[in-house]
Amino acid sequence: MAVGPVPVVDAALADRPLRVAGLTLASRLVVGTGKYPSMASMVRCLEAAGADCVTVAVRRERLVTAAGENILEFLDPARYTLLPNTAGCYSADDAVRVARLGRELLRDLGNPGAEWVKLEVLGDPKTLLPDPVGTLEATARLVADGFAVLVYTSDDPVVARRLKAAGAASVMPAGSPIGSGQGILNPANLRICLEFLKGDDPDYPVIVDAGVGTASDVAAAMELGVDGVLLNTAIALAAEPERMAHAMRAACFAGRQAFLAGRIPRRLYASASSPVEGVIGTPRRAE
Amino acid sequence: MSGAIEPERGPSDAAEPRGRSPADGQSVVTVNGTPRTVPAGATAHDMVVALGLAGRPLAVEIDGRVVPRARLAGCMLESGSVIEIVTLVGGG
Repeated sequence: MAVGPVPVVDAALADRPLRVAGLTLASRLVVGTGKYPSMASMVRCLEAAGADCVTVAVRRERLVTAAGENILEFLDPARYTLLPNTAGCYSADDAVRVARLGRELLRDLGNPGAEWVKLEVLGDPKTLLPDPVGTLEATARLVADGFAVLVYTSDDPVVARRLKAAGAASVMPAGSPIGSGQGILNPANLRICLEFLKGDDPDYPVIVDAGVGTASDVAAAMELGVDGVLLNTAIALAAEPERMAHAMRAACFAGRQAFLAGRIPRRLYASASSPVEGVIGTPRRAE
Repeated sequence: MSGAIEPERGPSDAAEPRGRSPADGQSVVTVNGTPRTVPAGATAHDMVVALGLAGRPLAVEIDGRVVPRARLAGCMLESGSVIEIVTLVGGG
């Protein structure tokens, strides 16, 4: 199956690929690798989603029980750009450590994602909301250490601006809490984020990270003008994950094309699609 | 050297009081949160081999610093070192 968006009839309507930190991604959908019913299901979902960049987590190797199958037996590092995350870190120090370990793992694999990190510095275990202070500190430290930092943050436009100023390669506001499936709770904030981040820098990549519940959430995010969507749970825990992965791919394409096409303004009153002249019978005028 | 690296006995083992000094020729290090004895002079590479992890995708941190795979064989373990061995797993 092809990687990237749904094919278009006329090549002129094809989208340009997403560029982040000097790398080109065919797909604007970045997909996580957690919580699938099985490794085989994960592989099929990543294919169905058309993803060419997938996130992975860094965890202690199990030493007590015999080490089992490794996710890299199922993810071809030549096919996917692996984006290691710092999920589960509650301080800048921990996030920097995990990022460096992830870099070492991916350098060993020769993967282009080695110099990348999806930075998460969490502030609260129940909401998994980011700690903005720790996130900003870790961003600056990792940028100084040569990382391309794709940073998970809230939809606060001021924090988003500070993260970009600190050197983040992509600011990734959450639509709603991680894994909550609530969708895009505050599209107005996302629009302000986009204005702050892309106003004088239209190619700066902004990716919605987290909160997606279903396909329309992806389309809605893309229609706002974000450059991509990162999701995991909405596919992995769907009743039929592979079917949902297809839906997400189509929704990402639909939302992106709708954004590029330029939607009509919302109007309070109707505007007939058929000619108002030449109707037989008794015409009716607005009162 | 393989097989010589054993978990330190836990506090539930009454025959071995906690906090004893390692026997001569041995060091105690902490690997992924668990104390383990290693022969004096063991390297980080020896430890990876003894744990059955040779050839697996992993990264090693010793006392807060990442040790690149190519340098594991030259990295002597010291008593009291805190070692983290990590790999990649599924995540979002």
